[in-house]
Amino acid sequence: MAVTLDQTIAHKQHSFMSRLLATQTFWVVVAVILACLFLSFATDSFATPKNLYNITRNVTFVAIVALGMTFVIITGGIDLSVGSVLCLCSMILAVTMHAGYGIEIGIAAAIATALIIGAFNGILIAYLGFPPFVVTLGMLSIARSLAMVASNNTVVFQFGPDHDKLLALGGGAWVFGIANPVFYTIVLALITGFVLRWTKFGRHIFAIGGNEHAATLTGVPVRQIKVAVYMISALAAGIAGIIQTGWLGAVTTNLGNGMELQVIAATVIGGANLAGGVGTAFGAIVGAALIEVIRNSLGLLGINAFWQGVFIGGAILLAVLFDRIRNFRRSD
Amino acid sequence: MDFKIAVSGRSWGERAAAEPQAGKQGEARRLVAVLELTNISKHFGAIQAVNDVSLSIEPGQVVGLMGDNGAGKSTLVKMIAGNFRPSHGTMQMDGKELILHKPVEARQHGIEIVHQDLALCNNLTAAANVYLGRELRRGVGPFRILDYAAMYKRAGQIFAVLKSETRPRDLVKQMSGGQRQAVAIARTMLSQAKIVLMDEPTAAISVRQVAEVLNLIRHLRDQGIAVVLISHRMPDVFDVADRVIVMRRGRKVADKTIASSSPEEVTGLITGAIEQVS
Repeated sequence: MAVTLDQTIAHKQHSFMSRLLATQTFWVVVAVILACLFLSFATDSFATPKNLYNITRNVTFVAIVALGMTFVIITGGIDLSVGSVLCLCSMILAVTMHAGYGIEIGIAAAIATALIIGAFNGILIAYLGFPPFVVTLGMLSIARSLAMVASNNTVVFQFGPDHDKLLALGGGAWVFGIANPVFYTIVLALITGFVLRWTKFGRHIFAIGGNEHAATLTGVPVRQIKVAVYMISALAAGIAGIIQTGWLGAVTTNLGNGMELQVIAATVIGGANLAGGVGTAFGAIVGAALIEVIRNSLGLLGINAFWQGVFIGGAILLAVLFDRIRNFRRSD
Repeated sequence: MDFKIAVSGRSWGERAAAEPQAGKQGEARRLVAVLELTNISKHFGAIQAVNDVSLSIEPGQVVGLMGDNGAGKSTLVKMIAGNFRPSHGTMQMDGKELILHKPVEARQHGIEIVHQDLALCNNLTAAANVYLGRELRRGVGPFRILDYAAMYKRAGQIFAVLKSETRPRDLVKQMSGGQRQAVAIARTMLSQAKIVLMDEPTAAISVRQVAEVLNLIRHLRDQGIAVVLISHRMPDVFDVADRVIVMRRGRKVADKTIASSSPEEVTGLITGAIEQVS
């Protein structure tokens, strides 16, 4: 059989289907669908509009932060500060609005806070060579402490003149009866997916995660991009904080406590690799969805809530196990 | 910066057809040197890494740069690549003075490097690696998206010119040593490179792949590109190079055509058994 060089070069090695079957994200989607089907038959309360509305809305906060985290994890970094940053941004929003300022100023202040914290993390990591784990661990402590300072560790539930606007922003359903947070999540996921797949910035993020030295040698502005990804991660936490504040109608300094672990779990279940270089927006959403379905189903099935951690932890290990099995086969 | 301009003039197919003779022309009538170093020295504190080296490189010429560890090869190459600035001496490119502050500037002048570790990202496709740092985009103004189709197509054309069976859509992770070299070398052919510096390209690959890489070097030469081959491997240099330059202790101790030298002589020059030849 004579195959010319041009034919070889033009040859596509994998069909769309074989590539799909090879992704961890696909199998997690299958798991989510199977779990939903099972729960629909096993319980009367799962497939009710009210419960589905609740689930989709609950997914969003982890999902939005996971979208931001995906950028960081693809570069091979980690951001442990997201839960605390979410809390601080919520608190800045709440305190600003409580003091009588409008919702626009409150949101601007919260977003600015997020960006400043992200830039601070990013600069320490990219320019001063601090390990991401250490910097964001420090920020985890600092941001929550600042939230306590800002509110004097009180619960804020009065949001000044624009109180109702804020609650509508987070708790309403403006488009086709979809809960607003779900709508935001879809929009943010589409933006994230687009940036990762279709922009030079997205390409460079993957390159940094794949081989940072190579990225530097080929002229990729590695440092600037690293600062940008930590700003994006903090920004995602800030946006989630604003929406969550509107939904809850109150902010405590406990908000987002331990959330970083759920977020990292969601991205990893969705197929991101903590070693860097791999990750998708869709995976982050699907991972968050699986965690929420597990949580919801345990309640509906009447299983003690203390088991929740075991199931979520099991899901993380299972998802990564799939990936390991594929790699074993490849290396054989 | 728009790298499209650099490659849009002619496709690689046309370029290959138009310039197959460039290398031979270079031999027939001596062209203006593409790169000329005059009395270049570099010291780091008290250590004299490169000492008063002058050399010139012509288009379409393969120059083997040899020397033992610490002989000053890397330092010399890093000055040409813009990593270091010479302490003394001047560099000229096409008769004009060349001052480089950063590696990016070297690339803008048509000096490309193939790093010893190849600087590839395993998680990206061959085409993505070829275009890393200078991705092609389409669209207007701020709404510009990656042009996957064009990058796959051009990368495929370059692999065809290099006669390498490398598929632009494949992940570099799955590739052989020879294919990985082809990807790294293809990078140097995106813009109109004048000089390609190759750092130990055959150091860590199998015997069969060495032949593949030497062929890649010949294809670069046939495009009229000057190649500086830094290597420890005598057979490779004598196989592919037109000229050999030997460094010892920061000095250039030989600069002669391959035809007028021998592996024995070069070995002697590297070790110091032969002091210097002109």
